[in-house]
Amino acid sequence: MSAVRVLVGTRKGAFVITADGARKNWDIQGPFFGGWELYHLKGSPVDPNRLYASQGSGWFGQLIQRSDDGGTTWAPMGNAFAYDGVPGTHEWYDGTPHPWEFKRVWHLEPSLTDPDVVYAGVEDAALFRTTDGATSWHELPGLRNHGSGSKWTPGAGGLCVHTVILDPANAQRLFVAISAAGTFRSDDGGVSWKAINLGLRSNHIPDGTAEIGHCVHHVAQHRARPNVLFMQKHWDVMRSDDAGDHWVEVSGNLPTDFGFPIDIHAHEPDTIYVVPITSDSEHYPPDGKLRVYRSRTGGNEWEALTNGLPQRDCYVNVLRDAMAVDTLDSCGIYFGTTGGQVYASPDGGDTWSAIARDLPPVLSVEVQTLTD
Amino acid sequence: MPAIRVVLPQHLRTLARVGADVLVDVDGPATVGSVLDAIESTYPVLRGTIRDHGTLKRRPFLRFFACDEDLSLLPPETPLPAPVVSGAEPFYVIGAIAGG
Repeated sequence: MSAVRVLVGTRKGAFVITADGARKNWDIQGPFFGGWELYHLKGSPVDPNRLYASQGSGWFGQLIQRSDDGGTTWAPMGNAFAYDGVPGTHEWYDGTPHPWEFKRVWHLEPSLTDPDVVYAGVEDAALFRTTDGATSWHELPGLRNHGSGSKWTPGAGGLCVHTVILDPANAQRLFVAISAAGTFRSDDGGVSWKAINLGLRSNHIPDGTAEIGHCVHHVAQHRARPNVLFMQKHWDVMRSDDAGDHWVEVSGNLPTDFGFPIDIHAHEPDTIYVVPITSDSEHYPPDGKLRVYRSRTGGNEWEALTNGLPQRDCYVNVLRDAMAVDTLDSCGIYFGTTGGQVYASPDGGDTWSAIARDLPPVLSVEVQTLTD
Repeated sequence: MPAIRVVLPQHLRTLARVGADVLVDVDGPATVGSVLDAIESTYPVLRGTIRDHGTLKRRPFLRFFACDEDLSLLPPETPLPAPVVSGAEPFYVIGAIAGG
């Protein structure tokens, strides 16, 4: 018997929402860590009961929590994130040098092969790794020491590594995305990094096609086709067919190509999902209609998915890590909103229903597909 | 070795799994810095939540009060007031009223 477990991080705690494979009746557990910001929770692909959570607050800083029983109980783990060596400076909003300062963990990416290994994307932008189940964390300094690091500038939400992708076909290959520096790839296990932003065009930087400076919002990869990447940029939906070496725009007929999340159907590598948002100054859906857009052609041709979603007076946002898919035969799509709703579709986006309506603002959504 | 009574904010009590007051044993002179060292030594889970891991700087939204005085901006070697050392008064770690 299969089941799904939805891990929801919010501004005021974490929630674990479960259902059997029919995905009709949902049980909500939580809040865990009530009152704290949970930027991200994610489970180990090799041990689904091993979960990691990024817990933090402006008062008390960063904590990392770990569960070994699928989210029933949790234990605080190591929370020391020290940059390697003298971290130096990056560029501040006003163009002046600004010291690198650790602020929070945006994203936790557990290893595909070892439940004790996890990568953490942090603000100010850097990549850390634990090899002892989150007891201790060590920076992979090659990313921050990329020659362009001193020129990286924060996006509105900070200078953050928000996307970490571990290539399933090549254990030495990792991808990260940084707001507002761009996308980077390592082909040597995270030791050295290459900026992979050729083809991106951004109007907010003097040279719109510069090597760095692009506000990449999220990147998604399908396990069956790891050289194909899809990107939701600040503006523009992009696609690469060569592991990020070149990008082309696939925004096509979207009503607006601004947005945050992007994800891929579990069984159809050319079926992708975005949630268009009005603009960078109006972070809510156009016309008050919450619409997921689906492309079955790998971009350019998009259709609005509205069945079960509010189509009037809706002004929520969907943040970059707040969309996920399950791997059941009929692929389920999930996303959470800044209004505290979590929506699920058990049929690839054709129909939707709210599985939680009144949570705190949702920061992240991840889904685990569980089998006996 | 004086035992200092410390009052923690609610979230740190939850994290350390303690009640409103805790007693911590201070090594050497009882100062602002040594009581913070003692808190972190007694409850390692609180490391990084009151002071920064590396610099030991007070986190900006926390304050230290005792005997109606704000000790937050004083050097860590500042002696604690006598009533705190004797146990008559607690050392308060206070979360600022900020945020939502």
